[in-house]
Amino acid sequence: MVRSRHGWLRLPFWLTYLFLYAPIVVLVVMSFNRNKSPYTWGGFSLDWYGRLAENDSIRTGLVNTLIVAFGSTVLSTVLGTLLAVGLARHTRSRLLDALSTLPAILPDLVIAIGLLVFYSTIKLTLGLHSVLIAHTVFGMAFVTAVVRARLSGMDTSLEEASRDLGAAPLTTFVKITLPTLAPGIVAGALLAFTLSLDEFVIAFFTAAPSEPTLPIVIYSMVRFGVTPEINALATLLLAVSFTVVIVAQRLTRLTEALR
Amino acid sequence: MTLISIDGVSRRFGEVTALDSVSLDIRQGEFFALLGPSGCGKTTLLRILAGFEQPDTGSVRLDGADLLAIPAHRRPVNLMFQSYALFPHMSVEKNVAYGLERERLPRAEIRERVAAVLETVGLAAQARRRPHELSGGQRQRVALARAVVKRPRLLLLDEPLSALDKKVRSEMQLELKRLQHEVGITFVVVTHDQEEAMSLADRIAVMDGGRVEQVDAPADLYERPRTPFVAGFIGANNLFTGTVQEKGLEVDGLGLLPAPEGPVEGGTAMLAVRPERIRLDPVTEDQAVLRGRVVDVSFYGGVSHVALSLAGHDRNLLVATQGRARVETGAEVVISWDADDAALIPMPS
Amino acid sequence: MTARQPARLLGKAAGRVATMGPGFGFLTVFMLVPLALVLSYTVFRRGRFGGVVYEPTGENFTRLADPLYLDVVIGSVKLAAITTLLALLLGYPTAYLIAKLPARWKVIALVAVVLPFWTNFLIRTYAWIVLLNSEGPVNSGLKALGLGPVELLYTDGAIVAGLLYAYLPLMILPLYSAVEKLDPELREASANLGARPARTFWSVTLPLSLPGVLTGCVFVFVPSLGNFVIPELLGGGRRIMVGNLIRDQFLKARDWPFGSVLALAVIAVLVLLLFAQAWAARRAGRGA
Repeated sequence: MVRSRHGWLRLPFWLTYLFLYAPIVVLVVMSFNRNKSPYTWGGFSLDWYGRLAENDSIRTGLVNTLIVAFGSTVLSTVLGTLLAVGLARHTRSRLLDALSTLPAILPDLVIAIGLLVFYSTIKLTLGLHSVLIAHTVFGMAFVTAVVRARLSGMDTSLEEASRDLGAAPLTTFVKITLPTLAPGIVAGALLAFTLSLDEFVIAFFTAAPSEPTLPIVIYSMVRFGVTPEINALATLLLAVSFTVVIVAQRLTRLTEALR
Repeated sequence: MTLISIDGVSRRFGEVTALDSVSLDIRQGEFFALLGPSGCGKTTLLRILAGFEQPDTGSVRLDGADLLAIPAHRRPVNLMFQSYALFPHMSVEKNVAYGLERERLPRAEIRERVAAVLETVGLAAQARRRPHELSGGQRQRVALARAVVKRPRLLLLDEPLSALDKKVRSEMQLELKRLQHEVGITFVVVTHDQEEAMSLADRIAVMDGGRVEQVDAPADLYERPRTPFVAGFIGANNLFTGTVQEKGLEVDGLGLLPAPEGPVEGGTAMLAVRPERIRLDPVTEDQAVLRGRVVDVSFYGGVSHVALSLAGHDRNLLVATQGRARVETGAEVVISWDADDAALIPMPS
Repeated sequence: MTARQPARLLGKAAGRVATMGPGFGFLTVFMLVPLALVLSYTVFRRGRFGGVVYEPTGENFTRLADPLYLDVVIGSVKLAAITTLLALLLGYPTAYLIAKLPARWKVIALVAVVLPFWTNFLIRTYAWIVLLNSEGPVNSGLKALGLGPVELLYTDGAIVAGLLYAYLPLMILPLYSAVEKLDPELREASANLGARPARTFWSVTLPLSLPGVLTGCVFVFVPSLGNFVIPELLGGGRRIMVGNLIRDQFLKARDWPFGSVLALAVIAVLVLLLFAQAWAARRAGRGA
């Protein structure tokens, strides 16, 4: 493993992981705490999870978030996949390339104010649709990037072979390009989905106050004060995120093995 | 009978000229090879035939009809890719059936033809496997079957043997020839490997720098190279440049060398002498012969190579003899060859 | 040119439009047009209830020099810079060691770096409120050692901790890919030529991984500058950063033109840093 002459490097190495995981561990442990105070241990309990289930604003927030995440993922995946194929196969323009990744590079705050200004200029009533569109802007950029990476690893001769064997361009796209890209498309969609689930800043600027997404609900709860209910919610969200990441990891490894 | 007629085809990529006014005729039923170093334009020509590239100028006709007007997927031309390009998400039989399905043939016929071609290439037992479960040689057979099953007028093969190891390669070489006889399709193979081209092809076009240097049968190409490039590219050769005289080639520092009759007297020409055509004899009193000193002798089993230094010539002369060489390093020998065993190639002055 | 050229070009154009048309159409309407709007707002007078009055003015830019705002800008640049530096100090050794791990452990170590990043940003910030609270675990630890309690929450330190926690993975990933790409033979050659490990690091490893270092710095510095949630939740609103200022111009003060100027400043910093990164990448002979 790590050779001894890198010994002194181990300190920052382990410090990094301690730094990354200590807060998470504290959060999870405290979600099972019977005490009202989130700081002192009063025995194991699932009370806070029960309370969470009864919290209406969290439930509405969750439903709103899922609607936005599903909608923007579908839209991002379709637009992003097509865009990636176009960029890889139909142009050599580096400008277009850069443009497609711009939403991923721009600070979220800039996208947020841009859309706020835009929506108010065209007098669009804010709602879930306005958040959905906003999330598609950056979700698409990530799908494009992931699918493109997969495309550049893909042998162009597969598509040529298909044409050579008599398949028209559309048939080739459906029968050869899409199936080969599938792992990249799935990975990109998962990425867009998780990003949308967690996204706060852009949603904060583009959502209607009456229809907050879950991160906005969390924000107002956190601002209001510390309660173990948030710990319980955090633990659940952590579980979901971790599962998605590990599944995605497995999925890519599986498909790599199949190649 | 001419199947493909390529006329004045040029293709540039930015500053690079990949094909420079290439004209070629490929005959019905022959095994044709495009041979040349990488970057000579052979792959571009292949891709033009397949329909993945369009020439800037020139025409390509198949049976007299304009081939360039037909999109890649409608051409009666199939390509076996260098990487094989087998679809990783389909089984062997699905891969082979793919092209027939595009022709919307009845299912029963597709099944029959796929089974038959897999039988021919000896892969009937592997029909349900995925490409990644096959060996290199097996993949190559699948790629071949997938292209052949369409019964194209012309089958293109891009470096067909380059991905195989040496032993499988010679096996596949025979296999390819057998298959070509069996199906009677015109084959065009692109390769940088001259042995591969020589052993497979009926005729070879040697290409360099986007131009066709010479088109000939393998033996003619070897014995009668017509350009300096071909003389240097095909096989080992001893090359001398000099002025053509009545009874040979006058080379600076060496004198008059035996050469066949040929080009205009007084012009510049290149003389190419194959190592196995050169005789080595013990030194005699006769001063009017070419002499050399043996610098190195290497034994290759069936043949031995002798390297000689010639006074007045800056490159060593290579001589091949059958079996063990009868000379030793440091010895003086007399060098000779028959004028008709050498090739004389006129050079642009 | 022959007669088939136009048909070929038409086919190509059709493929282009079919694939890229929808995506770039969408991006044009919902990203480029909004950005252009924001840019144009920088030169107009503010409207009374948000929006703008279309009278050109330069005062939005001159307001940037107002000491009140200048302090905010300098203060947030300072905090973002400290965060970036700490991220580099923790991130480089970590990335370096990960790159040296056997393949199997490498994947696990990398996933472990990214995992917290996939959890909700607000939850991650909330975790630090819990940790740093006067009754929280850190302070109980300090108390047990007879050192506390110390006020940790609602300080600049808390903001830096929160920012570092939020963006550390963004430093480690580009560093990792930069170090991973380095040919180990270069280090071996350096050692073989008589350089001690420290000399090899300064003369070979670091210069060649500089593009990765700069990429990581951009990824940490720019979002730190624009973050408004962490200063609010962990800084208790005592420290105002550029992000807060921008948000307030749009959602509270309704001074969109000035907010646009501030946003433009953040974009300018981003562009500047990206150029520096591209320059370093070219110098190192490859991208990172």
